[in-house]
Amino acid sequence: MWIKPPADIPPSEITPAEIYRGRRRFMVTAGALALASGLGQARAGTLLSSLRNPTYSVDEELTSRKDVTGYNNFYEFGTEKDDPARNAHTLRTRPWTLRVDGLVRRPGTWDIDRLLRLAPMEERIYRLRCVEGWSMVIPWQGYPLDVLIRAVEPLGSARYVAFTTLADAAQMPGVTRRVLDWPYREGLRLDEARHPLTLLTFGLYGELLPNQNGAPVRVVVPWKYGFKSAKSLVRISFTEREPPTSWGRAAPREYGFYSNVNPGVDHPRWSQARERRIGEFFKRPTLMFNGYAEQVAALYSGMDLRRFY
Amino acid sequence: MVRSPTSRQLTGIRAAVFALCLIPLGNLLFDAVSDSLGANPIEAVTRALGDWALRLLLVTLAVTPVRRLTGLGWLARLRRMLGLFAFFYAVLHLLAYVVLDQFFAWDFILKDILKRPFITVGFLAFILLVPLAVTSTNAMMRRLGRNWSRLHRLIYLIAPLAVLHFWWMVKADVREPALYAAVLAVLLGVRLLWWARARGLGVAHAGPVAKRA
Repeated sequence: MWIKPPADIPPSEITPAEIYRGRRRFMVTAGALALASGLGQARAGTLLSSLRNPTYSVDEELTSRKDVTGYNNFYEFGTEKDDPARNAHTLRTRPWTLRVDGLVRRPGTWDIDRLLRLAPMEERIYRLRCVEGWSMVIPWQGYPLDVLIRAVEPLGSARYVAFTTLADAAQMPGVTRRVLDWPYREGLRLDEARHPLTLLTFGLYGELLPNQNGAPVRVVVPWKYGFKSAKSLVRISFTEREPPTSWGRAAPREYGFYSNVNPGVDHPRWSQARERRIGEFFKRPTLMFNGYAEQVAALYSGMDLRRFY
Repeated sequence: MVRSPTSRQLTGIRAAVFALCLIPLGNLLFDAVSDSLGANPIEAVTRALGDWALRLLLVTLAVTPVRRLTGLGWLARLRRMLGLFAFFYAVLHLLAYVVLDQFFAWDFILKDILKRPFITVGFLAFILLVPLAVTSTNAMMRRLGRNWSRLHRLIYLIAPLAVLHFWWMVKADVREPALYAAVLAVLLGVRLLWWARARGLGVAHAGPVAKRA
């Protein structure tokens, strides 16, 4: 017998099964996480369930977990691509705190467990384009950085957000060599930081971040070159002036503050017109704003992107 | 006094050096077959071939100083083979770039050569190597006479270009190119010193000057 649903419930009101199951999964995981963190055992490999956000996910083949976690630029652990995977096991991600200060009404120190519970985890499948000319597609777990920004209430004078990565030579062998100006620093304009695509990130491939990918908390800004997405954050500071960045200091002509992915503006030493997707043979054309132009181009309307590279 | 190897022994030494020079290529092929070139195999292959071209270039440049310092004159008879292996790896390095990395995208390749200084100097180093490889035969040596050694002095330009090619490619960590630059500086510095001494120049020539005085 077929029971006709009442006509006054539009189909759009009915929760799709996937989302429903997703919510359940999230609640189960939240419980598991609380348990794990209570025991102080949450580390890479701990499951971190999330609900996929299709609005901000691309439908492209994922880069293998092996490549995502084995081919990294994280100079604090060495400058070769396989150094981070080899050396990052010495990073202690518990206990971990993130200081949020500067031009905010509610400065303070956030424990990683409190951050993990601040908002429901979303899965975002983002493209990652490295300034060196290679790219990946990665499923991240996190929530919009704007959630945290709202919680700390920036003052009207705040125009930029500065990120600082841990720089502890005892845990990070690469820091003993001054390849870059440690600690690693990055920054965004406040409106970029508040953009819904900017993700405060805790996991990838459904698990807490492996150390070499920036555990326990990092930022992911998918329309900019990878180095803008600072890892293993210990401080987020709100400023009035554009904050200095490590790569900007190392080579100001090569790494501008904006560093938006732009096939039309070459790195002074190599072309940015194409990229090699890890796992593919043929290079593919690089997309403006890494394919996120529709969402982010308005942030830069009227700006000369050749000048503000 | 160290005895020179007999011609039979020299043949054996040559065969051993030949085999040794093929080991890096063998390693790469093995890694390729066993899928252990990492996440970016094309980059790994291109870099490894470039590394070995540069290393063998420096080994070739080391033959004369080592020969003079040790008195092992027969070492000179390995030099041509080493130089040709440097060229061999340079050819493979260029092929890896053209075929694997760019897949014959000539417009991009041309732009790279013209616009990217590190590729410009690398390509120039390769182009200058070609006449050296072509004139490496005994017949060519005879035909060119004194001009042969003049021509082959190009190596003193090629090697610095090759190091520069590496140095300008690196993003921030120049340790490796700096190491090659240091080795090259020693190899060229020794020659400069000898050259200055032969002409009775400079201050670091205690020997001849003392005798003359």
